[in-house]
Amino acid sequence: MKWGNALTFRRRTGLLLALLGLAACALLSIMVGSRWLGVGTVLEALANPGGDEATDAIVWGLRVPRTGFGLAVGAALGMAGALMQGLTRNPLADPGLLGVSAGASLAVVLSTGLLGVTSLSGYIWFAFAGAAAASVVVFLLAARGVGGPTPTKLALAGAGVTAMAGSVTTSLLLADAATLDRYRFWSVGALSGQDPATLGQVLPFLLVGAVLAAAITPGMNLLALGEDTARGLGQRIGLIRVTGVVAITLLAGAGVAVCGPIAFVGLVVPHIARAICGADHRWVLALSAVLAPALLLAADVLGRLVAHPDELHVGIVVAALGAPFFIAFVRRSRVAEL
Amino acid sequence: MRARPRTVLVCSLLAAAAFLLLCLEITIGDFPLTVPEVAAGLFGSGDPAALLVINEIRLPRALIGVLIGLAFGVGGLLFQALARNPLASPDVIGVTDGANTFAVATLLTGAGASFGLGVSAMAVLGGVVVSAIVVALSWKRGTTGLRIVLVGIGMAALCGSITDYLLLKSGAFQAQQAVVWLVGSLSGRTWGSVYPLAIAVVVLLPAALLLWKWLAGLELGEDSATGLGVPVQTARLAVMAVGVGLVSFATAAAGPVAFVALLAPQIALRLVRPSVPPMVTSGLVGAVVVLAADLIARTLLSSGELPVGVVTGVVGAPVLLWLLARSFR
Repeated sequence: MKWGNALTFRRRTGLLLALLGLAACALLSIMVGSRWLGVGTVLEALANPGGDEATDAIVWGLRVPRTGFGLAVGAALGMAGALMQGLTRNPLADPGLLGVSAGASLAVVLSTGLLGVTSLSGYIWFAFAGAAAASVVVFLLAARGVGGPTPTKLALAGAGVTAMAGSVTTSLLLADAATLDRYRFWSVGALSGQDPATLGQVLPFLLVGAVLAAAITPGMNLLALGEDTARGLGQRIGLIRVTGVVAITLLAGAGVAVCGPIAFVGLVVPHIARAICGADHRWVLALSAVLAPALLLAADVLGRLVAHPDELHVGIVVAALGAPFFIAFVRRSRVAEL
Repeated sequence: MRARPRTVLVCSLLAAAAFLLLCLEITIGDFPLTVPEVAAGLFGSGDPAALLVINEIRLPRALIGVLIGLAFGVGGLLFQALARNPLASPDVIGVTDGANTFAVATLLTGAGASFGLGVSAMAVLGGVVVSAIVVALSWKRGTTGLRIVLVGIGMAALCGSITDYLLLKSGAFQAQQAVVWLVGSLSGRTWGSVYPLAIAVVVLLPAALLLWKWLAGLELGEDSATGLGVPVQTARLAVMAVGVGLVSFATAAAGPVAFVALLAPQIALRLVRPSVPPMVTSGLVGAVVVLAADLIARTLLSSGELPVGVVTGVVGAPVLLWLLARSFR
């Protein structure tokens, strides 16, 4: 019993600390920029809009939307990563794996190169459609034959589709220098310069994805005991997997669509979450949903600081910041095998 | 170990296919040649003009195709067996990314020129340096396959972000050039790029074959390997060193030709269903894939040629998917 209590304590404090960290990152993200604002000014502007006009324009016009993108996209990528690693039982799984990011990238390049779509709100629907199409192909392929979509089959089919979509993307880019020029800015991943209205457009997808994800975590816990055991306990394995893939597509697809293929968040965060709270998928999902946006916002703030008054794209900073941390983490802890 | 009949048969067929593709590859170009002429020319007989075209102009490119195919095929298998994970290709765990970053930095900023090193030399250096860092960082009283892979992913992300940053800060034209390198291409290769690669393959391929017993042990897991008398840590380091060498030199010669290192071992596994890692088969599959892809890349468009790396993904991926769909049934 004592062990159980200690674990519960650890999980609760872990989640609480993560939430505090996320709040701090969000606040910093509103404070820091080419013009610095104090804590008091920010809180004042947030609580009573309509004070100083210049402050309002910065806080509400630029930094709140940007922070909102960070929160939404971060949570989506974190949850997608947690689901993907749990469902494929492959610690290397991330949204790149099931072809989601590659499908989205291909659709974006097709839309800019062939259809001449240049606006961000135009990209988004193509990216979303590409992500969905890629996951459907991967899933249908992996679902063939005995045992349905097993982890290994999903992973391999995802790698195949990723490679194929990636090659088509590259060949289109090579043929068309103008598209490459636009694409290389989208593909590093950025939270800034987005139309706030797009957040409202993708938010419903993210919410549905989050609900679906939360709904299957108890089933995933039983699935971790082995397929036969889970089936014996009355779980419908096929249903869990299909729901999982739908949730991953919604979450990762929307995230990639808005901010470009931000690598690494979906891979790293679930590992950290598992180290804090153990292998229970419900806790891993919840903690990933909090830790991932914290990491994304921290990286975004850092990108504004190091290149001040210019900025570094968040995708670059996430990798540069996350990689050493991740390596140190892998060295320190026993990495949980799935 | 005695090779099984199925493996021998598959390998002979693959070798024959590779030779045929090599001949076909050499027939392409302004000077018209037929497959029999090329086959005769390779053994030194035929028209002097044809011999000149074959030996001086077209053979280097075709040979590089064969050699990088072998290197990626065997190197990829070494990594997949080491990590016991089909996704652990060198593209995932940092070797390729290290080579990419160093090469792109040289292309875009001229770094390395001050040491008198060209893009290829920097690519080899990048692959080796980054892999050494990966091993060093994953070392803690020995290492494990999973730890190497995870640390490698971290380093790959780091290198990838540096490459992205370099691309972003460069002009559009230079970025285009760097992207061509990043895709991987065989065009315009001469004997100068064959020799380093050939020496690397001639040294490292037998080394890889000598490792097969250790590799077979590692693939069973640490405990079984120890039980079989495999010195696990030494074996991991040796496998890693040989794999890194093969992949780095191949990348330096032709760029990181996408997907071959992931694809070839998986195809090989499904062709021969072996009890031990199918090293020879995997290397031959790699060679066939690269040559076939390059043939398609050169003949598909009437206006010019595509880089081979584009085709390996577009053509190779459906092959992998088809094999998967078949083996899933």
